[in-house]
This record gives sequence, structure tokens and C-alpha cells, in this order.
Amino acid sequence: MKHVDEYRNAADAHRYAEAIARIVTRPWSIMEICGGQTHSIVRHGIDRLLPDGVTLLHGPGCPVCVTPPGMIDAAIAIANRPEAILCSFGDMLRVPGNEGSLLAAKARGADVRMVYSPLDALDIARDNPEREVVFFAIGFETTAPATAMAVLQAELRALANFSLLVSHVLVPPAMEALLSDPASDVDGFLAAGHVCTVVGYEDYTPIAQRYRIPIVVTGFEPLDLMQGLYMCLRQLEEGRHEVENQYSRSVRAAGNPAAREAVERVFAVRPQEWRGMGSIAASGLGLRPHYARFDALERFPAIAVGAESESACISGEVLRGVSKPCDCPAFGAACTPEHPLGATMVSSEGACAAYYRYRRQPPVREAVA
Amino acid sequence: MCLAVPGELLEIEGDDPLTREGRVAFAGVVRRVNLAYVPEAVPGAYVLVHAGFAIAVIDEAEARRTLALLDEIPPESRR
Ligand code: SF4
Repeated sequence: MKHVDEYRNAADAHRYAEAIARIVTRPWSIMEICGGQTHSIVRHGIDRLLPDGVTLLHGPGCPVCVTPPGMIDAAIAIANRPEAILCSFGDMLRVPGNEGSLLAAKARGADVRMVYSPLDALDIARDNPEREVVFFAIGFETTAPATAMAVLQAELRALANFSLLVSHVLVPPAMEALLSDPASDVDGFLAAGHVCTVVGYEDYTPIAQRYRIPIVVTGFEPLDLMQGLYMCLRQLEEGRHEVENQYSRSVRAAGNPAAREAVERVFAVRPQEWRGMGSIAASGLGLRPHYARFDALERFPAIAVGAESESACISGEVLRGVSKPCDCPAFGAACTPEHPLGATMVSSEGACAAYYRYRRQPPVREAVA
Repeated sequence: MCLAVPGELLEIEGDDPLTREGRVAFAGVVRRVNLAYVPEAVPGAYVLVHAGFAIAVIDEAEARRTLALLDEIPPESRR
């Protein structure tokens, strides 16, 4: 497949590994923000191509994983109402809230449907005028334009039975929260290429300067990741802390203006609760007052969003890059993809699921260390 | 979740800016994709698709540059 296969050449990946080994003189920890990158890194063994001392930390970039359990409980409460049809992306349906998942609610008879695009939920609303169709809208900046367009089209089509339960999250405030956390030791970031495809990377410059940390916008294929790591490590070795763009075939400095405009029109920035990380200022999106009639929480005033209850799962630490999945006593034992205790084991982009799938056996080198 | 896949834009249907759609080929599978966010896209271009929306037109020159970068790394870059 064009624009994919040429970035998967193993010989080139090894040449990058050699180039990296030539420039690295000290230990460094680099965090990839995005869960899609985590998945690709673990799947292709990118971390194992790196010299000793270069550690990859996996960040909070799986929107499904950071959706607060109280929101999932609210989605289930809506789905349980006889007039409601609750739609969301496939991964979201499997993630447990404080009590059970949307799929479990579906098994008990709730009308829960998986959609590929938010626009599919609009069609379901059109086809079921006597029902209330609710789209559980999650995702980062990458997905927000799709949700925004669903709202704009619902307005255009005067759909009265469509609303959204919005739990969208924004990346830069979470990066700042991580950098201000004394427990984290991130030396450099790979920023998420598809988030930046939409919003660009101008917002990262103040972060790079304030925290003196290199940020490299990076793609998802093995060569993209190796190149992004090379660029980030070169900055670290040279004492620079700039924003660089590895993923220039898709990312422009200002992002996608049409998509940003639609998001800006529909949503306003608000504080947001992150699973395992608490509330982070200005890190979420809420519908603007003009679109309040599409807010599911206004439409179902009896539904409240509760707090996160205590659990043995350490996914909050995993999401902040403070712990690796194998540090969790439940990993692979009490907690497996079939019986997940936490969101990072459910979503295919969660670090625990990626390690379970590709890394059940620790590499020999780490096992004897 | 932020997965986005490149595909070739085969043809464009409609001219309403909000609902303009295209048929996009991904390794043999053809899907309908909303083009509202890529007004500059023309048939033959590769677009990056996420959740039913094209979010970027792939820049072919930049793609070539990215692939060429490896050859520009000096073999003796140890400081
Ligand atoms: S292995 Fe399971 S219990 Fe442990 S952090 Fe991961 S999701 Fe939570």
C-alpha cells in the first residue's frame, strides 16, 4: 500500500538504529504520546532496536483509556433507557466504567451500536425518528472535527432526536500536566502525528521552551518512529529543545484550517477529567451554548456523571509513563484482555494490551537484569 | 483510536462544502469518505482518512524528502 509499505523496510530501520547508536552518549527517556504509536512500537519491536539507556515511556494517548469511568457509567445509564440508542466507536464499548461496560449493557438488552464514523449515528437517528440517538463522542483533536461535523449536519438536517455525550480530550494540557509531575522523567516527546495533522504544532513551541524539552511531531510507521527518535535524540545530545516535524507529508505548522474552524465553531475548551490522572485544566471540549440542545446531559437531566472509584489497577501510573504494564502485579494474571481490570488492557492501543499481545515474555536482557 | 489510513481519492461526488464525499481506495477496498476538511483534494491524490473523514492530503514531495533523509545522515556522526 502506497505511503505505508515504504515506511516498513526492516533494513532501513536497522540503519536508523545504527545512526542512533552512533549519536547517543547518555541515557535518555522519550515518551510517545499516542497509543497508536505505542502499539506500533511494541508490535514492531522499535524499543528493542534502541541502544541500552534509551527508554521509551508510553504516554496517555489512548482516548478510550483516559475516558473517565463516571462518563462510561453515564453512557450505560442512557443506554439502559428504553427510548435510547447509544452509539460509539468499537473500542469504547468494551471499556469498563465503575461497573461494567457498554457491551455488557448490550448483552443485557440495551440498544448499543458500534459506529465507524459519527455520521453513521446521524443516519441511525434519521432511520429511527421515534427513538433518542446518543453518540458517545470521545477522542483527541484528531477525532473532534468528525464530531463537530456530526453536530453541524444534525443542525442542517434539523434532527431533533440526536444528541452527544461529549468526552473529548486535548493533548498539550496533558503534556504539561505530565511535565509538572515530579514522578515523571521525560526528556523528550514524540508528538502524535494525527493530532497535529488537525491542529498543527504551533501550540507546542511554548511547551518546548518553558520545559526545555524537544518535541518531534512523528508518524506511525516503523521508519517514521525511528526517524522521530533519531531527531529527538539528536536534539537532546546537542542540547537543543525545539519543535521539529518528522511527519511533514501530513502535518503542516497550522494543521488543517477547515477542520480547526469547525471544531472552534461547535466546541469551547473546558476542564476535563482524565481516567487515572484527575482533572486537567483546559484539556477537554464541551458544546458551545448555541449547540446545547445536542448535549445528551441536558436532554437526560436525570443522568449524572459520577466520580472514579478506587481500584487495584495502576493504569493511572501506566498512562503517565511512571510504570510499565509488567510492573503491575495483576498484569497477565488477574488482568487479561478477556478479563480486563483497567482500560489500558481493554483498548488495543492501551499499553497493557500491547504488552500482553506482543510482550508476555520479558526480553532475556531485562529478565536477568 | 487516532488511526488514520492513506488511500487514493478516485472521484468526488457533490459540491456542498459540508457533505462533499469521495470514493477512496485502500489496498483494494473502496469506501465513501467525507471531504469537507480537504477542499483542495483532487482525484488521484492520496488522502489520510480518520473516522470517515479525510483530514489531510498527503504531500508527495514531503513524502519523498522523508524517505531520502536516511541517506543524508553522515556515517560518522559520533560527537
Ligand atoms: S495490567 Fe490490568 S490492572 Fe494492571 S495496570 Fe494494566 S489494566 Fe490495570
